[in-house]
Amino acid sequence: MRKIAVLVFAIFFAFMFLAAYDMHDFGAPPSEMDDYIIGGQNQTTGEWYGTQNDTGANNAVTAVVFDYRGYDTLGEATVLFTAIAGVMVVLRRRGKNE
Amino acid sequence: MIYNIPFFAVIILIAVGMYAVIFRSNLIKIAIGITIVESAVNLFLITLGYREGGVAPIYTNLPSGVAIPGGMVLPVPQALTLTSIVIGVAVLALMLSFIIRIYQYYGTLDSRKIRRLKE
Amino acid sequence: MSEKTNGNSEGLSPIVKVVSSMIFPFIMIFSFYVIMHGHLTPGGGFQGGAIGASAVVMLIVAFGARHTEKRAGEEKLSLFESMGGTLFVAVAIFGFIMAATFMSNFLVGSEIFGEKPPFGPNGGILNTGGILPILNFAVGMKVIGGLSAVVLAMALVSKEED
Repeated sequence: MRKIAVLVFAIFFAFMFLAAYDMHDFGAPPSEMDDYIIGGQNQTTGEWYGTQNDTGANNAVTAVVFDYRGYDTLGEATVLFTAIAGVMVVLRRRGKNE
Repeated sequence: MIYNIPFFAVIILIAVGMYAVIFRSNLIKIAIGITIVESAVNLFLITLGYREGGVAPIYTNLPSGVAIPGGMVLPVPQALTLTSIVIGVAVLALMLSFIIRIYQYYGTLDSRKIRRLKE
Repeated sequence: MSEKTNGNSEGLSPIVKVVSSMIFPFIMIFSFYVIMHGHLTPGGGFQGGAIGASAVVMLIVAFGARHTEKRAGEEKLSLFESMGGTLFVAVAIFGFIMAATFMSNFLVGSEIFGEKPPFGPNGGILNTGGILPILNFAVGMKVIGGLSAVVLAMALVSKEED
């Protein structure tokens, strides 16, 4: 049982080392995919786009977390609420009043 | 090859974390191993979004001479990492509360003995 | 201040109790600053909430868990957390009523938080941001209440064998 675990472990990490050689270079993301969030000026019509025009916030990361992807933050607040409710159920003391 | 060192650091951290989960039998060590794998995944998400010589994507008191869409780091992977860190904290709190109850009921923290002491 | 430090025998020495109860309001003010300036500087709801929760944990360590449970018990912290979650969903549904989509930014042109900053580097104006400061405040309340309740429950479960 232990030898099977060691063999699977070794094969898995050999694959991951081969995959790390094929990743893109560390400082160059493959496309300019976030330039419409950071901002700039449209060349033909001359109007501004980006974070400061759509949301009015200076911080691009907060604007992405709460405005462009606000649904994910609502789901994360639900996960936090469920985990804390689970902790309060498991660690309940034996009835102070009953 | 030497420029991809953060990706190799992620692989080493995943290896250390999974070794602790598979080959150790103390419950606290298994919880620590799960947290190490969580940290490695957060590091991988941030590493994907780095641009060479970039600053943080915040316009307040920006240093002068920074090209506006080309000299800033990508903001979307940082937002996903924020969500992942908070979910990791919530899962760790739930795991530790279960370990407290298991220790009060069985008296031991060895995962090989818990299966046999059925009372 | 002597009725706080001479009453109970658990917790740390009186010097620690006096100093920690004196710097607790300053830590809560710093946490509120980090939460409300989330759309201008690095920070926001989750980071400021973690600072506020660590202030409450400092009080639990200094005064003991039973004494803190009389002042800020589990029902009050749970109510604080639920109010934060309700405020988040209420603002999102209010955005659904005013505009066409759920959680839309309906305060951008109006007077409450609605200026648009000039493009490029600037000094940071607090009046901007749309619904982002209100959502930051709701998430900050949720994180403070939730993390403090978890640490208080874990500190109290080890004292019930007495």
